[in-house]
Amino acid sequence: MLYFSKLRILFITLFSVLFILIALSNLFKFDDNFFDKKINLGLDLQGGSYLLLEIDNEPVIEQKLQNLTTTIRNYFKEKNIKINNIKIKNQNIFFNVIENDKQSILDVFQDENSDLNPYYPRFKSHQLEIEDTGLNLKVNFSRQGLIKLKNSSQDQAIEIVRRRVDEVGTNEPNILKRGNNRILVELPGLDDPMRIKSLLGKTANLTFRFVTNDENDRFGVEKLKFENGIEEATVSKRIIISGENLLDAQPKMDTQANQTIVSFTLDRVGAKRFGKATSTGIGKQLAIVLDGKIISAPVVRDTIASGSGQISGGFTFQTATDLALLLRSGALPAPLEIIEERTVGPDLGQDSINAGMIALAIGFMLVIVFMFIKYKIFGLITNVTLIVNLFILLGVLTLFEATLTLPGIAGIILTVGMAVDANVLIFERIKEELKDETNNILAFDGGYTKSRTAILDANITTLLAAIILFFMGSGPVKGFAVTLGVGIFTTLFSVYFIARLFTSIYVSRNKDKEKLI
Amino acid sequence: MIAFNKYYNHFNLLSSVLIVVSLLLLIFKGLNFGIDFKGGTLIELRASDSKINVSSLRDRFNQMDLGDVSVKKFGNDTDFLVKFENKDNKKNIIEEIKANLDKSFGNNYDFRRVENVGPKVSAELLKSGVIAISLSLALMLIYIWIRFEWQFSLGAILALFHDVIVTLGVFSLFSLEINLSIIAAVLTIVGYSMNDTVVIFDRVRENLRKYSDIKIFELTNISINETLSRTIITSATTLLALLAIYFFGGEILKGFSLAMILGVVFGTYSSIYIANTVLVRLKVSQKTVLREENDKK
Repeated sequence: MLYFSKLRILFITLFSVLFILIALSNLFKFDDNFFDKKINLGLDLQGGSYLLLEIDNEPVIEQKLQNLTTTIRNYFKEKNIKINNIKIKNQNIFFNVIENDKQSILDVFQDENSDLNPYYPRFKSHQLEIEDTGLNLKVNFSRQGLIKLKNSSQDQAIEIVRRRVDEVGTNEPNILKRGNNRILVELPGLDDPMRIKSLLGKTANLTFRFVTNDENDRFGVEKLKFENGIEEATVSKRIIISGENLLDAQPKMDTQANQTIVSFTLDRVGAKRFGKATSTGIGKQLAIVLDGKIISAPVVRDTIASGSGQISGGFTFQTATDLALLLRSGALPAPLEIIEERTVGPDLGQDSINAGMIALAIGFMLVIVFMFIKYKIFGLITNVTLIVNLFILLGVLTLFEATLTLPGIAGIILTVGMAVDANVLIFERIKEELKDETNNILAFDGGYTKSRTAILDANITTLLAAIILFFMGSGPVKGFAVTLGVGIFTTLFSVYFIARLFTSIYVSRNKDKEKLI
Repeated sequence: MIAFNKYYNHFNLLSSVLIVVSLLLLIFKGLNFGIDFKGGTLIELRASDSKINVSSLRDRFNQMDLGDVSVKKFGNDTDFLVKFENKDNKKNIIEEIKANLDKSFGNNYDFRRVENVGPKVSAELLKSGVIAISLSLALMLIYIWIRFEWQFSLGAILALFHDVIVTLGVFSLFSLEINLSIIAAVLTIVGYSMNDTVVIFDRVRENLRKYSDIKIFELTNISINETLSRTIITSATTLLALLAIYFFGGEILKGFSLAMILGVVFGTYSSIYIANTVLVRLKVSQKTVLREENDKK
C-alpha cells in the first residue's frame, strides 16, 4: 500500500494540478479555450426568477371536441349514415345511432386506415376511443390521443413563452418542459418578474391582415416588424381572421410542386370571411401577425373559399414546421398559470454568496486547526489533502459547469467536515496496528488495508442519500446533492492517492521512528 | 476503556421514551410546514426606515385580507419574513401588496425574496419529500442487508428510524419550519447515521470472527471503544463545519444546519446505543457471522 511508482506520482500530480487550474479559472482569466468553463451560480445566488407554469388543457380539449363533432357529423352525412343528437358532455362526445348503422360506425372508428380516427399507422393506437353503450355511442380521446394533444399544446405554449421572454430581454433564460403540461422558466438576473408575469398571463394574439401601402386605409395602419426584427411592413388594422378562426396548421409535402408547404384549415366563419377577402385581394400580401410581429406575409394567389389553404414559399421542412407551430400557438392558446414562483433579488444573492464563503472559510479553518492539534504531522497531511480535495471538487464542478446553489455551498462545507473521516479511519487503524506491530511500514500497510471496507461502506451510504436527493430534489436542493455526491468521489481520490502518497513518503523516511503517529 | 455497555438498558429506555414522545408530538402537534409543503406566499423584506417593524408590518398586512399572516424578524433588525396563505391564489398579489405598502412606507423597503407555491405544487413537493426519505431508508436497508447479516440490518435501520423520528420530534416541539432544505438535511442525516453505524458494525463483525469466547455484550463494548476516537473526531469535524454554517451561513441555511447538527448528535448516539444493543438483544454470536458466510459460499 505504500509503494508508488514514478508514473503514478506523475499522474496524481498532473491530475491534481489540472483540476486546481480548472478551479482557479473561475477567478482568473486564462487565455486558453480549454479554461473557458465556469461554475454556474444558481438563481438563489445570482438573483433571478424561477417560474413554474402549468398549461390548462381543458379549453383546448373542449375546442378540439367541438371541432370533432362537426367533422364526425359531416363524415357520416357524406356516407349517408344517420347519427342524431350529437353533443359534448364531460369531455365526451355522445350521439345516437340506429341499430342498422351501428356496426359500420364502430368499424369506422376501429379501422386502422380511418380518416376519422388517424394516428394508427404512426402510433399503433387510435386518437379516439369509441364506447358501445347501446344506441347511444360515446367517443372521447384515447390515452394516446390525449398525450399527443398535451404534447402539442405544450410545444405551442413553450413557443409563446419563449417569445414573451425574449421580449423582456433577460440574459440567458432557461425554458424547459416539465412533464407534458408544465413549463419551467428560469430567468437569471431578473429582479422584478412583474412584467414577465403579466406578459405570460396574456393569451397569444394571432391575426391575418393585409399589407397595404395606402396610408389612408379606413381602418388605420400600423408599421410592424418581421420576426428578424429588421424588415418592416405597413399593415392594415383591419382584421380579416384571427387565431380563433384557425383550426389547424401543419407542414406538408406538396408532391406536385415538390416543395414544403404549410397547410391550414379554418372554421366556418373564418372560411367565409377568408373567402371574401381573398377574392378581392388576389395579388396582395397577407400579413400573419403573432403578438405584434409578422411571422409570414404570403401573397394571395387565389381565392380560398373552402376553408383550407396553403402557404408556400421556399420553406425547408424545418421552417415549415416552425411556422405551423407558430400558427397553431396563436390559434388555440392554452391558458398558462404560474403555479410556483421563487424570486431572489441580486443583493440577497450576493449576501448569500458572502455568507456561504465566510462559513466555508471558518468551517475549513476550524477543521484544519482541529486536525493539526489532534494528529500533528498527519494532521498536516490531512489538511493539505483537504485543500487539494476542495480544489478538485471545485474543478470537477467547473468542468461539468454545474450549478452552485446556497445549499450546494453547504454541501461543500459538509464535505470538508466529513472528508477527514476516511483519513481518520486509516490513522486510527494504523495506531491500533502499531500496538502489536513494530515495523512501521507493515503497520501502515495494515492500517490502509483493514480500514478499506469501513471507508467504502461509509461513503456508499452517503452517496446513496445524495443520489436520491439528486433525483427527488428540486432547484437549490439538487445543488446540494451534486456537491455532496461529487465530494465523495474527490474525497476518496484525495485520500487514497494524495494523502497516501504523502504518508508513504513520510513513513518510508521515518521507518525506524518510534511513536510515529 | 469506557463501559458503554453498563448503560445499554438506561439509554434504550431513554430512546424509547424519546421516540414515543416524538411520535406523540408528530401526531398531536404536527409539523410546522413551510410554504414549500403547505402552499402560500413568502416575502423577505428589507427596510431602510425604522418606522417599519414587525407590528407596523403586521398591521399593514392584516388589512389586506390575505388569510393567516405571519410576520417575523429575519436575522437582523431591518430584515423581515412575511408569510401568508394566499388562499385564493390571487395572481397579482405581490403587486397589490407593493402598492399597498408604498402608501404607508414609501420607497423605504425592498423585497429581497419572493416565493409563491401553489397548492398543487406544495402537495407534490410533500409527496416527493416523503418518497425520498422512504426510498433512502429502503435503499439503506437493502445495502446493509447485502453487506451484513440481518441482525445488523435491523439494528442499523432501528437506529436510522430513531434519528429521523427524534430529529423531526425536536422540529415539532419547537415548531421549527419544515421546508425543502430540511428534507435534504434529513436525507443527509440518514446517510451520516448509517455511515457511523456501519463503521462500528464493521468492527463488531471483525471482532466476532477473531474472538469466539467473548460474549456480544462485551464485544460490542470493545468495538465501540476501538472505534471511539474515530467516532469522536469525525463527529467533531462534521459538527465544526455545521456550526460554521449555522452561525455564519446566513438565515436561509439556519434550519438546514440545525437539523443536520441534531442529526449528527442523534446519529452518533444511536450508533452506539441503539444499533449495538439490537445485536446484544438478538444474541448475535460468532456463529451468526460464520454461518452466514458459509451460506454465502
